Amino acid sequence: MDAVFLARLQFAMTVGFHFIFPPITIGLAWLLVIVETIGWRKNDERYTKIGKFFGKLLALTFVVGVASGIVMEFQFGTNWSEYSKFVGDIFGAPLAAEGVFAFFLESGFLGLYLFGRKRVSKGVHWFSGLMVAVGSTISAFWILVANSWQQTPAGFIVQNGRAELTGFWDAVFNPSTLIRFWHTFDAALITGAFFMAGVSAYLLLKKKNTEIAKISMKLALIFGLVVSVLELFPFGHEHAKQVAQTQPEKFAAIEGLYSTQQGAPLVFFALPTDNPPDLKGALEIPSVLSWLAFGDIDAEIKGLDAFPEDEIPPLWLTFVSFHNMVILGLYFILIMAIGVWYLYRKSLWEKKKLLKVFLWSIPLPVIACQLGWITAEVGRQPWIVYKLMRTSDAASVTVSAGEILFSIILFGGIYLLLGALYVYIMAREIKHGPEPLTSKEAIA
Amino acid sequence: MDLNTIWFLLVAVLIMGYAVLDGFDLGVGIIHLFTKDENEKRININSIGPVWDGNEVWLLTGGGALFAAFPIVYATVFSGFYLALVLLLFALIFRAVSFEFRGKVDSDKWRKAWDLAFGIGSLLPAVLFGVAIGNILRGIPINSEGTFTGSFFGLLNPYAILVGVLSLVMFTMHGSIYLAMKTTGGQKTRLKNLTPKLWITFVAVYLLATLYTFFEAPFLFDGILSSPLFWVLLVLLLLSLLYIPVAVKSNSLGRAFISSSAVIIMMIGLLGISLFPMLVPSLTDLAYSLTIYNASSTERTLTAMLIIALIGMPLVIFYTAYIYKVFKGKVIISEDSY
Ligand code: HDD
Ligand code: HEM
Ligand code: HEM
Repeated sequence: MDAVFLARLQFAMTVGFHFIFPPITIGLAWLLVIVETIGWRKNDERYTKIGKFFGKLLALTFVVGVASGIVMEFQFGTNWSEYSKFVGDIFGAPLAAEGVFAFFLESGFLGLYLFGRKRVSKGVHWFSGLMVAVGSTISAFWILVANSWQQTPAGFIVQNGRAELTGFWDAVFNPSTLIRFWHTFDAALITGAFFMAGVSAYLLLKKKNTEIAKISMKLALIFGLVVSVLELFPFGHEHAKQVAQTQPEKFAAIEGLYSTQQGAPLVFFALPTDNPPDLKGALEIPSVLSWLAFGDIDAEIKGLDAFPEDEIPPLWLTFVSFHNMVILGLYFILIMAIGVWYLYRKSLWEKKKLLKVFLWSIPLPVIACQLGWITAEVGRQPWIVYKLMRTSDAASVTVSAGEILFSIILFGGIYLLLGALYVYIMAREIKHGPEPLTSKEAIA
Repeated sequence: MDLNTIWFLLVAVLIMGYAVLDGFDLGVGIIHLFTKDENEKRININSIGPVWDGNEVWLLTGGGALFAAFPIVYATVFSGFYLALVLLLFALIFRAVSFEFRGKVDSDKWRKAWDLAFGIGSLLPAVLFGVAIGNILRGIPINSEGTFTGSFFGLLNPYAILVGVLSLVMFTMHGSIYLAMKTTGGQKTRLKNLTPKLWITFVAVYLLATLYTFFEAPFLFDGILSSPLFWVLLVLLLLSLLYIPVAVKSNSLGRAFISSSAVIIMMIGLLGISLFPMLVPSLTDLAYSLTIYNASSTERTLTAMLIIALIGMPLVIFYTAYIYKVFKGKVIISEDSY
């Protein structure tokens, strides 16, 4: 098998596994900041119990994120050394900045947050929780800077056989950084909200510590509704507009546009094919896409046929992953809205079926995140840096296909094991539930 | 001093920070392999519980800084050392989760398995750290294009393995001093008795390795004997090294720990002086070596990175020191512990 293909497979596998955990970490960390703030200000033991319980689940998630993240940090050098040589002058800086500004912060303060409850004042403990959330968000920012630069490079010139930095801030705030950050950050908040809602729903179903679970459920639903709506509008919409302007080939693949047209339709459902790239049996409304992307129902949108054949991404995977992400996004809004509605009607606690739906929805935002990345990354092909360097020129020349196959099998095995253990231990911890309230609190 | 030299220094500082900080927690992991009593095992783990991840970040940031400042080195060395790094990652992954997983299921077999993961996951990186440094010191095969032309088994030469043993002993000694500082009673006494033995072994291996270096990589000694900085570091190294057994004997474990940290820092400092301005000597021909000039990023990037380091690192050092202060003193097992 060809070494470049294997290197891509390994990267997709390791980063995909890694990215199961950061969204849960980031989302939960911010929800815990809210919980700990209320607990501290109101001096309410119930919030402390929620903090402790979800803090444990956060720690478990965090550690698997760390374990899989270490692999990512080294992989650009091990597997993509030609790429690293070509872009090192620009791409290394955000990775280093992530270490300096984020990893130290989150790892240091997570230790304090988890083990320091009795050793520091309440204020310092609250601050340590805040720093975990801030640190993980800064981490997301810098790594997304790196990725966005690959998608829409800026602030450089090509000379001396490599890309050299000409403007640091232009490279950092390249055309897709900010919107990618907000979209991904909000995706993490959604993931955290569904996690907290699902776990609380389980406790309610099993009638474990229901006073506590009702509080966390309420918080997760209201927070979750807000962030789910924001993900569609403005973040999702703006992100799609950015892609339409800066990466038209990707946009054509996302929307399943084979041929260039004015008044392009918005496709709801279709069966895409790759060879030739096209859609079958499309269910669509005319002109809406042109309007959404450029604010004009007659705007021309380029189809895949407008680009050289060796510069277009695969249509099938890009289209399918994008559309499923959007469907999930709409589902999140709907189900959160239903939850909030029954909360408002004060009948949520009796809706056993709905609670079950929340329990089983825990993995869905994680899946949506994976689909989003597949859209963004597969849609970028065949470029590793858009219009600058091809993926096929980027892999390490000294590493053989056999060596990569070995590491794929090794990492694949480890990740299967870790994934299984994570789910197993997580389920045990959740079943165990939060510590019961002392009787005084339970009455109050 | 030019920017390239400053970045050489900063990368050296990151490596020193990593070796001193993760050094002791790797050492604790190695000692953990030989700990029998369940209570003592928990103390081992909790002695580094709140800080191990922060320590490991020195390695990650070192990697990131190398990528940003000397991308050619990052690319050449990491792809050249492919299988060795995969092995390192394998160890670090299991080590990281072992802390969190070990206490979660109440079964002896489960705990034994994670003890092993923690122990081996600490031992392997300790050895590989030295093996990597050994290979860099003697040089690796790099052709005129700057591409690595060696193999995995070429990395396992006797010299590099000896340096691997050296770093293993060094981190174990460093860890045993740290752990002695954090424990009480019989555990502490045993660690205090272990330290002099590790110390003797360390001195013996260090002498041997230094002697070997004369034959293996004579170019490292070119010109440094006339550098005053070399002699200053060497004297400091010897003084700190000699002070360790004295401090342990008089029960000043904090001072012993500072001394062994100083030993590590001076050792890396000496290596840095002898390599400078090379980063990776080429075995094929010294003229193909990667240096701080031919392997670096542009001046603009080095400047931007310097600003990032100057803003970020003082903050990091400030709150890391604070966190260590909070967890100062003997390990106490409570309901929040691992
Ligand atoms: C949107 C956010 C995001 C994205 C796109 C990525 N990560 Fe990540 N990463 C995180 C967000 C994050 C995090 C939330 O900050 C983690 C999860 C658990 C943790 O410790 O921090 C983390 C952990 C983490 C660690 C361990 C840090 C530690 O020990 O504390 C490393 C080395 C990386 N990541 C590196 C990467 C690389 C090289 C990526 C690019 C492919 C990547 N991550 C994608
Ligand atoms: C964390 C979430 C991410 C996921 C789930 C993800 C997903 C993927 C997938 C599926 C591929 C394979 C595409 C293909 O080869 O067809 C890929 C490739 C790649 N991605 Fe990402 N990606 C993520 C983040 C990033 C980030 C943040 C960066 C850069 C900092 C990045 C850089 C790359 C590179 C270098 C490749 C390999 C070369 C290539 O195929 O383009 N990815 N990623
Ligand atoms: C509801 C409507 C949504 C729209 C219109 C939308 C739009 C987009 C677009 C256009 C991209 C591709 C960006 C690129 O290729 O550069 C993208 C990527 C992504 N989406 Fe969505 N999205 C939506 C919902 C969601 C949801 C609900 C989640 C997760 C909970 C999510 C998570 C992601 C992630 C993680 C990425 C990859 C990172 C990035 O490029 O931002 N999206 N989204």
